[in-house]
Amino acid sequence: MIIGKVIGAITSTINHPFYDGRKLLMVEKISEKGEPQEGYLVAIDVAGSGAGETVLVLDEGNGARQVFGSKDGPVRSVIVGVVDAIEEGTESP
Amino acid sequence: MLLGRVTGTVVSTQVYEGLRGVPMLWVQPLTKRGEEKGEPIVCADATKMAGSGELVYYEGGREAALALDPWFVPVDHTIVGLVDSLKAPEWKGEKP
Repeated sequence: MIIGKVIGAITSTINHPFYDGRKLLMVEKISEKGEPQEGYLVAIDVAGSGAGETVLVLDEGNGARQVFGSKDGPVRSVIVGVVDAIEEGTESP
Repeated sequence: MLLGRVTGTVVSTQVYEGLRGVPMLWVQPLTKRGEEKGEPIVCADATKMAGSGELVYYEGGREAALALDPWFVPVDHTIVGLVDSLKAPEWKGEKP
């Protein structure tokens, strides 16, 4: 999965039927230190995130389809979580 | 998915059977700020309604084929929706 920051919202009425009523957000990728990277994604949000929030994005087709209980949905990127904190260098027991 | 701008159409009459009647469009990929990035690509259009100049979002890879009917077809990028409005403070490109 990818950590990113929500940088925009997209509205769309003409789309593939699978996307009817889905919330689409633009997410820029960020580094582990929180610096914005060049890459971005347009993803469906199922976690209830909003502008400026740090989010967890699933970027894999089969897992994404599982989220929607769909066998053939043309979807790959889904926001599956809102990140509260990222700790770097935590020692494992 | 990523955002792109439709820049033109591709017409092809002799195509693999599953692709008959599927519109093919030139799409210029865009960055998160709406600037052009890289070479234009040819996308199938699952909405069948995209036109020149339109801002679209497209899917790549296996999911590109899944957006079409029949879905077991040889495509690698497919437009799945047209952008009506975009609320992104960093966006410097043309709005939809």
